[in-house]
Amino acid sequence: MADPMKIRANVVGDSTEVKVLMSHEMETGQRKDAQGNAIPAWFIQNVAVAHNGKPVLNAQWGPAIAKNPFLAFKFKGGAKGDKIQITWMDSRGEKRTDEALIS
Amino acid sequence: MRHHRVSIPVVALVLALATCVVQGQGSTVDEIAKYRAALQDGNPAELWEARGAALWKDKRGPKNASLEPCDLGLGAGKVKGAYAELPRYFADADRVMDLETRIVWCMVTLQGYTEADAKRGPFGGPDRKADMEAYVAFVTSESRGIKMNVGQSHPKEQEAYRLGEKMFYFRGGTHDFACATCHGEDAKRIRLQDLPNLTQKAGAQKAYTTWPAYRVSQGELRSFQWRLNDCFRQQRFPELLFASDASIALTMFLARNANGAPFDAPSIKR
Repeated sequence: MADPMKIRANVVGDSTEVKVLMSHEMETGQRKDAQGNAIPAWFIQNVAVAHNGKPVLNAQWGPAIAKNPFLAFKFKGGAKGDKIQITWMDSRGEKRTDEALIS
Repeated sequence: MRHHRVSIPVVALVLALATCVVQGQGSTVDEIAKYRAALQDGNPAELWEARGAALWKDKRGPKNASLEPCDLGLGAGKVKGAYAELPRYFADADRVMDLETRIVWCMVTLQGYTEADAKRGPFGGPDRKADMEAYVAFVTSESRGIKMNVGQSHPKEQEAYRLGEKMFYFRGGTHDFACATCHGEDAKRIRLQDLPNLTQKAGAQKAYTTWPAYRVSQGELRSFQWRLNDCFRQQRFPELLFASDASIALTMFLARNANGAPFDAPSIKR
């Protein structure tokens, strides 16, 4: 099971700023191990963010995203106490969902 | 292991950059500082802090116990501010201990691990995460903003400091190096990295209070222990044994010299 995400969401003016750290190896598939064998690609492919159940961001990622990725974005609306739910799915089909309240 | 296959145009570019750098050393340092500031906001060290905080409470080991009652020097169960006063003398163990040694002690006494098991694999690598680094991230994060205050009241603490000082200036190995060779003068650097002058108060404070750090180039959180180990490797010294008296003494010397500065880690470094 992957480690939890670290999510912060704050109201800034009429928008909500969401900052999220994800714990993931993000293997590109280009690297080789000590024996010279290619390390298989393994990376987050899809990130979906919902605000009170309504999608506000859907991202398709590739192997160019860094290890332990950090994602920051803003969306219009949102109020203190609203729920932000973030789900990522990686190229092995593993999933992780975490929630946070806007503060 | 990362594979670096550098093509000729890239080499040429790097050489061109290096030439620029020699001309504009100050601006390179500024740019690295800006890079660090930009990364500070989303520091993945927080992932280690969170994992460490959860592991700290977990019931683990043969005795199925948590580390919560671990006495880090301020009393059983007190983590807040503990790191700012480590290493210190512990009467129950009758020796000076740094954070890692103390965590090993608690893993043995509270959780029932053997000492060898508790010390195994202290640094994370490509295929494994080290629990020790997560513990260290959590405990150190609880001292953020607290001024370093390492004591010298016990004779064994004074002895450790003296031994650490001696090690710092001791020249040896195939390269006839000492820690002081690189860290004993201002404005030394290794490639493009400025090296702190650890014999001056400001340098010693800035260096000690910014470890552990998430190393972007390694994708790992690295502890001060790891920093010492890697310095030893770079000097071609024999391996600094984890939680050994030598490593505690050197940590004592460097931690004590940072006294008075607010602790500011886990941080992020290139």
